[in-house]
Parts: sequence; C-alpha cells; structure tokens
Amino acid sequence: MSSSAIALATSEVPGIPQDEDGPVFREPWEAQAFAMTLALYDRGLFTWGEWAATLADEIKRAQAAGDPDTGETYYSHWLAALERMVAEKGVATTQTLHRTRDAWDHACDRTPHGQPIELRASDFHD
Amino acid sequence: MRVRALETVLTEKGYVDPAALDAIVEAYETKIGPRNGARVVAKAWADPAFKQALLDDATKAIGTLGHVSRVGDHLIAVENTPQRHNMVVCTLCSCYPWEMLGLPPVWYKASPYRSRAVKDPRGVLADFGVTLPKDTEIRVWDSTAETRFLVLPMRPAGTEGWSEERLAEIVTRDSMIGTGLPKAAP
Repeated sequence: MSSSAIALATSEVPGIPQDEDGPVFREPWEAQAFAMTLALYDRGLFTWGEWAATLADEIKRAQAAGDPDTGETYYSHWLAALERMVAEKGVATTQTLHRTRDAWDHACDRTPHGQPIELRASDFHD
Repeated sequence: MRVRALETVLTEKGYVDPAALDAIVEAYETKIGPRNGARVVAKAWADPAFKQALLDDATKAIGTLGHVSRVGDHLIAVENTPQRHNMVVCTLCSCYPWEMLGLPPVWYKASPYRSRAVKDPRGVLADFGVTLPKDTEIRVWDSTAETRFLVLPMRPAGTEGWSEERLAEIVTRDSMIGTGLPKAAP
C-alpha cells in the first residue's frame, strides 16, 4: 500500500483521527479495520466518495441513537460502515458476517489459553 | 470478533490478503496506542524508588505517572539482571501490553515464535542477534489475558547521568519483550 493511497484516503474521508504523519489508532482492531478498507478500495469495490457517504450515514445514525460523538467511537462507526458496504456490494451477506462472528466467538471459548485461536468448520452453526 | 469475522469472510472470498493487511497495519505499528513503555523503563533506570514501586506493582506504579490512560488490569514488570534474562510470549494478541508497547509485531503473534521461545529461547534470541553469557538464566513468561508482562532491561553502561528523555530513546520495543537489548550508548 503506497503512502499516496493513504494520503488520498485521509483527504477524501472526513474525520479520520490523525497526526502530522498520518492516521492514528487507539487500538489494534481499528488499524485492522482501516487496512481492510484500504485493501477493498484498492480493488475498486468503492470510491472514497461512496465510502465517506456511507460512513457519514452510520455516524448520523449513531448520533441519533445517542452516540456521544467525542471521536472515541469513530472506528465503531467505521466498522459498521464497512460491514454495510460489504453487504451492499454483494460481497457477503449480513447473515454470513453474523454467522462468522458467532463462529469466532465459539472458537475463542473452546481454545485453551496460550494456543492460537483457529477457526474450524465445527465452529459454524446455522 | 467483528473485525476478525470480516477479515475471515473477505479472505475466503479473495477480496483481501491477510499478509497485505499485516503490511499496512505494520506501517502504523508505532502509531497505535501510546508508546509509553520506553518512558516507564527510562524512569525506572533514573529513579530507584520508582523502580522498586514498578517491580512491586507495575499497574499501580504506572498509574501514578498520570499519562497512561489505561494499562492491562494486571501488569507485571520483570527485571533483567546479569544472572537472569526475561522473555515474554503469547500467541493471542490480546495478551500483549499494547497500551505500553504499541502494536504487537507480526512475529510475536506467529506460532513458531511461541513454541520455539519455550523450547529453545537461546536459539530465538540468536535469531534476533542477541547472545547472552552462558551462565545467564533465561526465564520465559507466558502472558495471559489477565496478566501481561513488561521486561525491564538492564541499563546499558555509559549512560550515567543521562536524562529520562535521552534514556527513553535507547529503549527499544524488543528490549521490553525480551527479544532485544537497549541500543548501546554511543
């Protein structure tokens, strides 16, 4: 991923927390969500304009539901927008995402501490 | 789990490549979480009372500094000495004090690191370019989600009288995991 691609993302999408060198993240999962979005943009799944509109919509929705809008929840909205984009573009249905999330929860619960968590077919339930 | 689920689905469908994602995230390694570990180590080197407090109860001692918003519920500082070198492992990225050290390096999450670190810590250290005296014991600590470890490396010779700011600059991330040593004094 070139730094110019990242610079384009931060100029086209409003509100990305950043310092003088680029985006900053509060927790590792935020960076992971950001990276996935960049990768999907790179594949041409959406334009930054579309992305910004979806994200703005998610933020508006969260605010209407009482989000404090302090910036701390920015990446929660980001993730909600990403899930929605993936569903709207027909990449994966909301059901598939939920099912996979439940499977990860299951894998997490059954894996003893200290061993890498791996997803198995048996973790999926309908 | 939501992020993991999304990554799993996108990877399966060939939309993203996990290695490419790691590469993007790695570029931000030092940007994730406040990198406070180095400041804590530098303070412990410079201030014996703080060092004692840190070894007694790291969570509490770091809490008194005020600039750390949150550390793991239970953080333990382990001190390197000429007799004993400490190294930390865990394959779950939740078991890494990222509030102190930033994002865990990719190798830290890889299973070869963990299994070899336990069986052959000297070999792993050699891969990192670290050779310790034969009579130095190597203690490997396994982090859990509740208990995380911060290695307090030995203060290098030739740094007498340095300010905490200057000391913090030579404290590397790897030295606080135990797979490296602080940068030598120039």
